[in-house]
Amino acid sequence: MSTDQLPEHPDFLWRNPEPKSSYDAVIVGGGGHGLATAYFLAKNHGMTNIAILEKGWLAGGNMARNTTIIRSNYLWDESAAIYEHALKLWEILPEELEYDFLFSQRGVMNLAHTLGDVRESIRRVGANKLNGVDAEWLDPEQVKELCPILNISDNIRYPVMGATYQPRAGIAKHDHVAWAFARKCDELGVDIIQNCEVTGFLKDGNRVVGVKTNRGTINTEKVGLCAAGHSSVLAEMAGFRLPIQSHPLQALVSELHEPVHPTVVMSNHVHVYVSQAHKGELVMGAGVDSYNGYGQRGSFHVIEHQMAAAVELFPIFARAHVLRTWGGIVDTTLDASPIVGLSPVENMFVNCGWGTGGFKGTPAAGLTFAHTIATGTPHKLNQPFALERFETGALIDEHGAAAVAH
Amino acid sequence: MLLISCPNCGSRDETEFHYGGQAHVPYPENPAGLNDREWAEFLFYRDNTKGAFAERWLHSTGCRQWFNMLRDTVTYDIQAIYPMGTPRPATAAATSVIAPEGATK
Ligand SMILES: Cc1cc2nc3c(=O)[nH]c(=O)nc-3n(C[C@H](O)[C@H](O)[C@H](O)COP(=O)(O)OP(=O)(O)OC[C@H]3O[C@@H](n4cnc5c(N)ncnc54)[C@H](O)[C@@H]3O)c2cc1C
Ligand SMILES: [Zn+2]
Repeated sequence: MSTDQLPEHPDFLWRNPEPKSSYDAVIVGGGGHGLATAYFLAKNHGMTNIAILEKGWLAGGNMARNTTIIRSNYLWDESAAIYEHALKLWEILPEELEYDFLFSQRGVMNLAHTLGDVRESIRRVGANKLNGVDAEWLDPEQVKELCPILNISDNIRYPVMGATYQPRAGIAKHDHVAWAFARKCDELGVDIIQNCEVTGFLKDGNRVVGVKTNRGTINTEKVGLCAAGHSSVLAEMAGFRLPIQSHPLQALVSELHEPVHPTVVMSNHVHVYVSQAHKGELVMGAGVDSYNGYGQRGSFHVIEHQMAAAVELFPIFARAHVLRTWGGIVDTTLDASPIVGLSPVENMFVNCGWGTGGFKGTPAAGLTFAHTIATGTPHKLNQPFALERFETGALIDEHGAAAVAH
Repeated sequence: MLLISCPNCGSRDETEFHYGGQAHVPYPENPAGLNDREWAEFLFYRDNTKGAFAERWLHSTGCRQWFNMLRDTVTYDIQAIYPMGTPRPATAAATSVIAPEGATK
């Protein structure tokens, strides 16, 4: 086909500059967290001589592979604070970034299937309310009212015994979120450098002074790691360890359907989470593969397991087809909470461990991590998530609210 | 789905097994002597190798025995299976690990 029949390329949203020989700060990783960090460094701290180095293409990691669920109904004060701050930022970002990335506050339901689930859920609703996070406990009839396609009969392996519901939660279009941040970063002068893999660090004693890349050495005063599943690999290059294990996590979509699913439904117990994208595909998340993996692909039995549970909960899904499945590499921690703050290397900062659920945290991660990079000190919202907690024992155990779900 | 060759039962589907994480992490010889940092290392820090990784597996729905495996965490290729308590085989070098380059200026 001759190219003159193609429509014109839409406006490019960012430049593709050559890397300079030095920057005031370098962000490793061009996913949501790297982009948001660079944006807030430029906007809030006036640091515009900075670069984002991305080994592949922008948002080609977990950023455009996630199931886009955004919520803040976590159990502990520290988590509620940072995730709720993120949610408040999501509410204003479309306007601030001048980009409608289809943030849709259609509510998120977390189903309870056992007495243990019910108790955990009711406790979490109480905790959420005390933290100013909107939360309700729904009985099965109310669940059905909000999401009529859910099977609430007693006659299934794990009947729906109720659900927590956060009305302000929802979904957004993840690739557009990345583009929105990228365009603003670029306008503010940030260099977004794709196809630029960090292969090592230059240090002066214990202080980082530069990064080595496949496109040459770049001097810099500060380095912020936003490499998600590859955080351990980068930390190892810099000479320290992180308490992180990388696992494949999968998701899938169906073909397009008429609108049938008005909200977002998640179940940790049977491991289903599903929403319907604006275009009409059913978007579902599966579980992690149990083993450590960097392959960006997972096993089909994990998909099969999730589908079986989904079809039992949503009988009409039996007629849908899987169109596409894919995997990302998620950086999990043992307390299911992220690690944000200083690192054992001077002037190097880490933002990682967001695991299976860091999309929702993107704006707050960026805002607080930018503060930490600019000032060299924790932000009050990310302070509890410092690496030291594994030594002090002040863990933030979010397995109930996070599980492997999002 | 991995096809895993249990040393006792032969080739079986991965769904019969449970993953046990990094191999060769001994319980501290003198637990009372560890400081908080060392405890944290033992409890929470495990290698997260990109490339050949020695790990434990349990044939939970078969012989219920543990064994070790050397597996590439990028290709998922199983390179060796060997008994617990024996050293990691000196075979295949890491295929895809990026050599640490923490050069000091
Ligand atoms: C299937 C799936 C479903 C998910 N669902 C949800 C959800 O519903 N809700 C939610 O909140 N979260 C969800 N998540 C988690 C969320 O996607 C991640 O926590 C989040 O995207 C991580 O931050 P990021 O966007 O910066 O990561 P990424 O987009 O992965 O960015 C990291 C970047 O670093 C780059 N990089 C790595 N090494 C180097 C190097 N050496 N040099 C240069 N660049 C490098 C990578 O190429 C990558 O682009 C899901 C994840 C997956 C995989
Ligand atoms: Zn066996």
